[in-house]
Amino acid sequence: MSAESLKNGKRTTAFLTDSSLCIGCKACEVACKEWNGVTADGFDWSGFSYDNTGRVGHSTWRHVKFVEHEPEPGLGGNAGNLNSWAFSSDVCKHCEEAGCLEACPTGAIVRTEFGGVFVQPDVCNGCAYCVVACPFGVVQKNKNDGRAFKCTFCYDRQKVGMTPACAKACPTESIKFGDLEEMHLAAKERVRELHSRGMTDAKIYDPQETSVKGLHAIFIVRGDPRQYNLPPAPEAPTVYLRAGWTASAIGSALFMAGALLAFLI
Amino acid sequence: MPGLGTTFGRGGATTAQQDLVNADAILIMGSNMAENHPVGFQWVIEAREKNHTQIIHVDPRFTRTSAMADIWVPLRAGSDVLFLGGLINYVLTHNKDFREYVVHYTNAPTILREDFRDTEDLNGLFSGWNAETKQYDPTSWLYEGSPEKGSLFAGPWPGHEEAGGGHGKDRGGEAGEIEEHNSDPTLQHPRCVYQVLKKHFARYTPEMVEQYCGIPRDLFLKVADAYCSASGPEKTGTICYAVGWTQHSNGVQIVRAAAILQLLLGNVGRPGGGVLALRGHASIQGSTDVATLYDILPGYLPTPMFNRAANTLKDYIAKHRSSSGWWANFDKYIVSFLKAYYGAAATSGNDYCFDFLPRVTGDHSHFGYWLDMMDGKVEGLFIMGQNPAVGAPNGRLERKALAKLKWLVVRDLVETEPASFWYNSPEVKRGELTPDTIATEVFLFPAAGVPEKDGTFVNTQRLLQFHNKGPEPPGDARTENWFMYHLGRRLKAKAAQDLRPRNAPLNALTWNYSTEGAHAEPRAEEVLMEVNGRTMADHKLVAGYRDLKADGSTACGAWIYSGCFPERDKNRANDRAPVDSYGHGWGYAWPSDRRILYNRASARPDGKPWSERKKLVWWDETKKEWTGLDNPDFTKDKPPDYQPPEGAEGDAALSGDQPFILHPDGVGWLYVSSGLKDGPLPTHYEPLESLLANPLYPGRDTDPAALKRERPDNAYALTRDKRFPYVLTTYRLTEHHTAGGMSRTLSHLAELQPELFCEVSPGLAAEVGLRHGDFATITTMRAIVEARVMVTSRVMPIQVEGHTIHQIGLPYHWGTNGLVKGDMVNDLLPISEEPNVRIMETKALLCDIRPGRRARGKAALDELREHKERAA
Repeated sequence: MSAESLKNGKRTTAFLTDSSLCIGCKACEVACKEWNGVTADGFDWSGFSYDNTGRVGHSTWRHVKFVEHEPEPGLGGNAGNLNSWAFSSDVCKHCEEAGCLEACPTGAIVRTEFGGVFVQPDVCNGCAYCVVACPFGVVQKNKNDGRAFKCTFCYDRQKVGMTPACAKACPTESIKFGDLEEMHLAAKERVRELHSRGMTDAKIYDPQETSVKGLHAIFIVRGDPRQYNLPPAPEAPTVYLRAGWTASAIGSALFMAGALLAFLI
Repeated sequence: MPGLGTTFGRGGATTAQQDLVNADAILIMGSNMAENHPVGFQWVIEAREKNHTQIIHVDPRFTRTSAMADIWVPLRAGSDVLFLGGLINYVLTHNKDFREYVVHYTNAPTILREDFRDTEDLNGLFSGWNAETKQYDPTSWLYEGSPEKGSLFAGPWPGHEEAGGGHGKDRGGEAGEIEEHNSDPTLQHPRCVYQVLKKHFARYTPEMVEQYCGIPRDLFLKVADAYCSASGPEKTGTICYAVGWTQHSNGVQIVRAAAILQLLLGNVGRPGGGVLALRGHASIQGSTDVATLYDILPGYLPTPMFNRAANTLKDYIAKHRSSSGWWANFDKYIVSFLKAYYGAAATSGNDYCFDFLPRVTGDHSHFGYWLDMMDGKVEGLFIMGQNPAVGAPNGRLERKALAKLKWLVVRDLVETEPASFWYNSPEVKRGELTPDTIATEVFLFPAAGVPEKDGTFVNTQRLLQFHNKGPEPPGDARTENWFMYHLGRRLKAKAAQDLRPRNAPLNALTWNYSTEGAHAEPRAEEVLMEVNGRTMADHKLVAGYRDLKADGSTACGAWIYSGCFPERDKNRANDRAPVDSYGHGWGYAWPSDRRILYNRASARPDGKPWSERKKLVWWDETKKEWTGLDNPDFTKDKPPDYQPPEGAEGDAALSGDQPFILHPDGVGWLYVSSGLKDGPLPTHYEPLESLLANPLYPGRDTDPAALKRERPDNAYALTRDKRFPYVLTTYRLTEHHTAGGMSRTLSHLAELQPELFCEVSPGLAAEVGLRHGDFATITTMRAIVEARVMVTSRVMPIQVEGHTIHQIGLPYHWGTNGLVKGDMVNDLLPISEEPNVRIMETKALLCDIRPGRRARGKAALDELREHKERAA
């Protein structure tokens, strides 16, 4: 545990989802739903590889992406030359600066003592401001219920010292859970290892230079992160607030000035 | 299981999944391990990550396993023996066998009889074939110098009876006293097994593999080099397989080929080696160990045959006991078993009630009695925790046969298709059956689920794991134990009032289990204690099978599990404190908690490990015993240089360097001298429906001993049938579980794979006009099915003899009941029987495919009939 994450006796935890270890079994999707009592999404065949749940949303909090594409010859792993099929478990990123948290007008969305972003279901009024504010399209409103839902980071499990359900269920330890600093270190080491084995397209996804200021659910993916629903430059929309308010202020000032002028003339 | 049983001595995986991390190369074939054993697959991942183990996956499709492998090898479905034979040929041609291991630990030096003829001599047949009975007489297969056992009993050799499956013959080699034989340790004699093996596989060249498996020569050689170099004192490799191999008309021989390869490479009994049979169910190993199969009694004792050499206990023992090796104890096991069943009623005076055991009179396998059922010969049936209406092949016949019963009992967690066939099935929808004319009385009993009961799982690595009851089952749901116990209790009560001879077995049967709770639940642990065994005099639990006797003083339900419950409060299957990487202290592996079988072979003949890196079990000269990282699969205090004295019997007849202790000659069998109905060596045959004639043996297309059970309602396509020009292979998905009873009914699983889909290559889609996302209709000689189309390059066409062979994939999990429904894919398959275990061929058959949905109702049958009436 680093000094940072031991601030005030709090412990900042994180997921490291290493897609190079993912076998696409979806145990994480099911374990999450079982533990949290989340309903099924609907029985619709998508035809999109083996992915029939489609996306993270109000009733899918862990979602396995299936990425089929032509491999690049010369790269190691993934059976090399003939086909490539990668799997990665998507989840709420629990951003350091969370768009949903900033946008929530009722204070329903809070930062827990573990550093996760949590929607309090008894406070949420279903305004859905958070939905448009998430740069990853994670949180979603359940129209039947009226409230917004997303991954809770198994807040109830963490409170009693347990591992989140998805990480616990993952048979290959593709989903790792631990202190944020540990996960950062593990990710760096892992990518070094993958590069040494010829998988030079492996990278860490943890955008720290944009307004989300880094994630508490980081990923290791191969190739373009966009294939895994991971945008290259995610911004919390509140980053535009200052510019927006400033523009409004200037605009109204100009309007006021113009009105006064018209009155005087 | 006979593939492993005959080659090594026991019909079970030789290793544990945890041991995969010790392998230098892992060959996964006939298995989609990541898909269907995702939790076990973690050790493949661990091997890859920790040791940079090479992972090779051979499969007609690129699957979730292939995605994690280093090399994927696309294979023509049904050409497995050709590929494996190619690897064997590679090893023998380039002298890559682990010579010292092969000479000492296998029957490579053993010399065969002069009258033995190989498939290379007889165009695809071995000597001894009787074309009328369609059976082999294995006499000419015996070792030179081995006296035939025929003088001791009448009738065919064990494993070669007409009736019966092969499980009881997991042993093989019973036709002769094979511990007596001639051998040539230099492996030069033209009739020694090594040379015969060389000749047998001589034409399984890389060119042959390229031409008829569809694997480019360079790729094949790359794989051969990668896998076969994981051999020798410093390296080992593991082969993992599952139903991709066993559900073939020559399934046992495919497994044999892998077992031969592992013996040649010296990989058996060593860490990171062996053959990992990936059995597909939490307790499927248990189901053959404690015998839900008709032809074996618990512990793989053979069920006696009717009117053959088994009328008396004495003859039965003479037939199955061997004077050398561990099966010399056969009499102790059968007598103790009979004492467990019949208790005080079983005495030496009445052959321990041996006469009360049912006799095999024919094919009582699933297909045997089901076809009888179809022909109106069966009155009643219990279906418990199985779904043949969806899972069995030729579902249309399976379901129609149910309508011929007088009564049917279904016990399951949900209302499965066998229970609802009479009002909701394709047959009813198509007017083939009408509810008001079906006389079958159907009883549906709700079953308790796993967490609602005590019991034991025995998984693929022979590990007994007791599970403890959590919540009470809801409402009327009851456990299997409850059902069988109370049914038995009531039947015994009736028999007690009716003392006719026919009820003598029931009256003699011991049925004393104490019960607990409001529903009088029998205590599962008492059953496990009975399985472990006791002394009759004081009812003390025995420490293990070494304590069993042939004089009626001990009782034991399944000798292979003996030792799992050695004392009253010591249910070792319930141990949960692992102490090492092999998991000792967690559960109990049979036999005697040995995690890696045949581990004596991990040491040299002199008892020292082959290498420090691959040490497992070795001789401790100071303590004068075998020691190491696993319990030795060997007599603990038998020194490596022990030589049996003249006239020694049983285990004492095996020397200190003979690791395969179940075999009378103590070695692994590259060549199986008797016991397998289709030959002592694996041979390439085409699947029962194929687009090719056998390229190796023209005129001998298919496994001669496999049974097609061909009849009008179980018809087959011809070879290169113009009506069915594509190859169909069926398989499973991670998200569903077998016939779908436990997955189509759960929303969290049903939503993951809601609809049946077929997988076709872009080339086939273009050829036929299939569009991704639309529907397609697939027909075979048996049925017509519709599915969504998934066009994907993960399914590849194979080039053979200049022709393109298109392969179509279909997962089989859908049925008429549940949250998600779909056509039943296994309706497309024929009922067929591999000769030794009578399992059906699901992995390669012929079909046709067209765009669009199938006709509805009766019109679907018209469409099928029209299709079959086209020119073949």
